[in-house]
Amino acid sequence: MTSAAIRREPAFGPRTARVGLYAFLVVSAVFFLLPLLLVIMNSLKPMEEIRQGNLLALPINPNFDAWVSAWQSACTGLECAGIRPGLWNSIKITVPSVVISTLAGALNGYALAQWKSRHANMIMLLVTVGLFVPYQAMLYPTVKILSNVGLFRTYLGIVFVHVIYGLPYTTLLFRNFYVGVPDEISRAARMEGASFLRTFWSIILPISTNILVVVAILQFTGIWNDYLLGLIFAGNDNLPMTVQLTNIVSNARGAANPNVNMAAALITAIPTLVVYFLSGRYFVRGIAAGAVKG
Amino acid sequence: MTTWLKRQGFKPNITVAIFFAVVAVFFYGSILWTSYMSLTRSTLIPKYEVVGLVQYVDLFTNQRWLVSCLNMVIFGVFYMVGTLAFGILLAVLADRRIKAESFFRTIFLYPLAVSLIITGLSWRWLLDPTSGLQALVRGMGWESFTFDWLTRPDRAIYTLVIASIWHSAGLVMVIVLAGLRGIDSDLWKAIRMEGIPLWRAYLQVIFPGMRPVIASCVVLLMSEVIRGYDLIIAMTKGGPGIATEMPAKFAVDFYFTRVNLGLASAASMMMLLLSLLLLTPYFYSEFRRRI
Repeated sequence: MTSAAIRREPAFGPRTARVGLYAFLVVSAVFFLLPLLLVIMNSLKPMEEIRQGNLLALPINPNFDAWVSAWQSACTGLECAGIRPGLWNSIKITVPSVVISTLAGALNGYALAQWKSRHANMIMLLVTVGLFVPYQAMLYPTVKILSNVGLFRTYLGIVFVHVIYGLPYTTLLFRNFYVGVPDEISRAARMEGASFLRTFWSIILPISTNILVVVAILQFTGIWNDYLLGLIFAGNDNLPMTVQLTNIVSNARGAANPNVNMAAALITAIPTLVVYFLSGRYFVRGIAAGAVKG
Repeated sequence: MTTWLKRQGFKPNITVAIFFAVVAVFFYGSILWTSYMSLTRSTLIPKYEVVGLVQYVDLFTNQRWLVSCLNMVIFGVFYMVGTLAFGILLAVLADRRIKAESFFRTIFLYPLAVSLIITGLSWRWLLDPTSGLQALVRGMGWESFTFDWLTRPDRAIYTLVIASIWHSAGLVMVIVLAGLRGIDSDLWKAIRMEGIPLWRAYLQVIFPGMRPVIASCVVLLMSEVIRGYDLIIAMTKGGPGIATEMPAKFAVDFYFTRVNLGLASAASMMMLLLSLLLLTPYFYSEFRRRI
């Protein structure tokens, strides 16, 4: 065997290829970072610098005035209390929705993995199809059902909708995980006389920490970033940050203050970005798990 | 309660039954209800008299709906091809044992954590002809530089494509990279022994073997296209004119602001039908062997 035959990159000179490769990666990185840099830079500019017209110019006298306005005095409509009420609403909606949909998904996923039936696969198919149903085909009946029980445009209503709409997704992620867990664990518990719920709570959940974190992160990102469901189901007193943000940006009085708008956008984005940067590995694993279904 | 639980023994059937009832009522029940509404003349208030396919006829003679569908096709094709090409390229490059891989991966992937609302707003600011990219390049001395797609009816849709590729390229990269990492090292050894050029190895050996991985990317992107709503709201609001209207926005507008329940339901049913048609091959290959 000649050394030519085992060269790694026989098509072109390795050195040029290497330089081209890094050049492409760096250009791509700039493409991905540009919108974030734009928003950060302008949120730090005072209005005099914004009026000069170029959003991509570096700030000369950076300060946090726009952040303060965005936080407490930007107008979302008639009210001018900034994005702060929206932050609290988003937290209040997201935390219980994530916890309930994740735990319920775990229980259902475990039940489905344990459930031996001729029809199991048919039902899995129906649930999987449920993942791809556009919200528009379910919105109106959901509005009707919630109105009839007095929950439309209420806090409980929006949490309920997030839990229900998220359930097929969380259930499938957990089911795929539990199918791979050795059956001996459940069988041993059954021999000891433990009930299904007891086995799930005391034996299965404690060995599921990784997948629990993965699913909770996915749900957190999805629910925090939701716009449509919050707009329709939350009601004026509970509007999440994403909705408040678009109100600030489209508000006539706010339109003249791009720096405040951008600060508000950043404040809205910070929670999911922090979760992403802190949990990188889990986040990536969640995406891969969510993508490869079945 | 406890004796009842004990009698249940180990059977998970109850949980399965509750879960399936929820899916049946809220997903399939809602779909049936929506399809029923699409056969009525309901406007603000639901009417329950079935009038046949009138709403569907109205829908397909509605200029705004037809433009929405056309826009979705244009957007969908460019977005999917662009995201797949860019994402796969990034995955291949990241797999070439580069330095600072995790640094690059972190940058390529963070848009996924950003909401589509913020994605749309950022790109709207960035592409604003009077203050964004165009102004920057002109300010650097290239006075005639023009990039005003955001405000041009014939080009605005491509600004949505750019913003969406920015948002999802990392997703494709991660999924494809996971696939590439799963490839047997013997296969690479064989490729090297044969002296096959790298680009041919990828196109003719590696990618064909990764068809299921790429198929799941396609499925994910396709459902993003059909659901696309937030990004349009934040970036163009459907404009200029109706140049960037799409079906998901059409349906929501007609449900809640133009209060034509029948027409909105018909539009929603068409979206559902399209999702199911496009996804059938995927479901077929996934579930064929198991049912």
